[in-house]
Amino acid sequence: MHSASKERGAADFLLSGNGVKSAPGLFGEAENSCIEPKISARGVNFYYGPKRALKDINMDFSPRLITAIIGPSGCGKSTFIRLLNRMNELVPGTRLEGEILLDGLDIVAPVCDVAELRKRVGMVFQKPNPFPKSIFENVAYGLEINGSLARRAIEEKVEDSLKKAALWDEVKDRLRESALGLSGGQQQRLCIARCLAVEPEVILFDEPCASLDPISTAKIEELILTLKKTYTIVIVTHNMQQAARVSDRTAFFLMGELIEYGGTGMIFKAPHDRRTEDYITGRFG
Amino acid sequence: MIKRNKEKGIEWLFTALAFSSLVFLTGIVIVLVKEALPIFSTVSLPAFLGGESWYPTAEPPEFGIFPLIMASFWVSAGAMLICVPLGVGSALYLHELAGERQRAVLKPVIEVLASVPSIIYGFFGMVILAPFLQDRFNLPIGLCVLSTSIVLGVMATPTVASIAEDALGYVPRSFREASFALGANRWETLTRVIIPAAGSGISTAVILGMSRAIGETMTVLMVAGGAAVVPSSIFDPVRPMTAAIAAEMGEAPVGSDHYHALFAVALALFIVTFAFNIIAELISRRYRLKLGLSR
Ligand SMILES: Nc1ncnc2c1ncn2[C@@H]1O[C@H](COP(=O)(O)OP(=O)(O)O)[C@@H](O)[C@H]1O
Ligand SMILES: [Mg+2]
Repeated sequence: MHSASKERGAADFLLSGNGVKSAPGLFGEAENSCIEPKISARGVNFYYGPKRALKDINMDFSPRLITAIIGPSGCGKSTFIRLLNRMNELVPGTRLEGEILLDGLDIVAPVCDVAELRKRVGMVFQKPNPFPKSIFENVAYGLEINGSLARRAIEEKVEDSLKKAALWDEVKDRLRESALGLSGGQQQRLCIARCLAVEPEVILFDEPCASLDPISTAKIEELILTLKKTYTIVIVTHNMQQAARVSDRTAFFLMGELIEYGGTGMIFKAPHDRRTEDYITGRFG
Repeated sequence: MIKRNKEKGIEWLFTALAFSSLVFLTGIVIVLVKEALPIFSTVSLPAFLGGESWYPTAEPPEFGIFPLIMASFWVSAGAMLICVPLGVGSALYLHELAGERQRAVLKPVIEVLASVPSIIYGFFGMVILAPFLQDRFNLPIGLCVLSTSIVLGVMATPTVASIAEDALGYVPRSFREASFALGANRWETLTRVIIPAAGSGISTAVILGMSRAIGETMTVLMVAGGAAVVPSSIFDPVRPMTAAIAAEMGEAPVGSDHYHALFAVALALFIVTFAFNIIAELISRRYRLKLGLSR
């Protein structure tokens, strides 16, 4: 664990979802209003056809913090974060109620440009999914579709992104080789680099280590911690140790509902809800 | 003990069945080569392949198959010009744009189209297309390179469409998601990710469509016009290799030079289609490796 966690703990308790049990803020309610949430979900219900997958979620994400979402498989974690970059729109027959605000602006509104939104809110998926292209082309992809950068600028950006993703040293001599020749952990860091290249403000991680070995997992976790300085990070995981290691705040989902949301230390040491406690102590899930 | 023997027997049966294709293939090659070889004591290989006169029943006979090769080549090339854009276009439409309901109708229609017997296509070419072309372009005869290309192209389209659509379907959904998540739109995702990823599969589709066009016989016999002359325009009647074999085999006395020459034509045809299929297989194997899919 990192030493910063102690000092951070207190402030972390403050931002919490409306109508959800949370730890009392040590500095009172006033502290709450000082930090504008980067993303807010308000009264969000989500349906796959007739099936309601999310039930009245209210949740704020603070800038430059890592928020973990935990919960048993099928509880709606992926569904929820895929709303934040509107990926669920690719699934036919779905319906969303409520609003989701990014810097106070509704991203669900018809006027919102979804491509623009996805450049601001990047995503790293559960299974590493590099394109069957070279390492270089993978990272350059997001820059090329925007089409405004010169070749030289793209090259610099690719190098920079690979460095930020802690992959540069491993691939700098083989940028032209296929990304599919990399190991799983390297592929996932490549996906992170690819995401960083378009300069997002928020990065959504959906179980980024689910298919990786412990060493690769440790590297990714370390990387996520360094990214925290610049980005707002949301990480879905059903590995509770991982949530405890990397996150500042933790939300517990169960069957489409947000059960409890607060500082990570509090959620793991003194959860308020019986169901959270049961889950964390491994009594189910 | 009896049970053991029975199991062994069944195992042998299936092994034999599995190897029967290999036996057939070997048998075909042996017969083709054996029956084709004697012609080369009458004409040399270069004269056979490069000779411009195919008069197998004249006195003395001439066995130059260059006009037949050119006929097959032009007719297939023309068919490609039709079936590649149509087939690949349909595949892209089906894959990207068609809704569930359109797909549910179009996909089976394409499959049925692929299974329509070739004589029906030939019939259509003969009684509708050829008279139309004759009329429209004021030709002495409507059966020509153009009519054959059109019919063969339409025939090969469903094959190309169906295989290309499968290739597009094999592209993992995760590529599409990754692209969208980076802010790409549908068009960018299609042209920069999906089509390149399916590229080798699409080329396999094209090659298989092509080998279908080259090997097609019945249609060609009906609509190509039959003249064994190197075509100088798309309105010339031609006699592709398959048509020559089908039309003449019945009349060539067994064991005659003509008979052996037709076998040599068949061998040439076999080598060409075999090469196409090998190329298709190599490409699709590389493509599977590229996508990281194992067989
Ligand atoms: N594409 C889909 N169509 C229908 N139902 C889905 C789809 N994706 C997820 N679901 C359902 O929504 C619920 C939440 O799924 P998901 O968000 O993937 O859970 P988690 O990520 O927490 O494991 C599950 O019950 C799942 O069956
Ligand atoms: Mg999930």
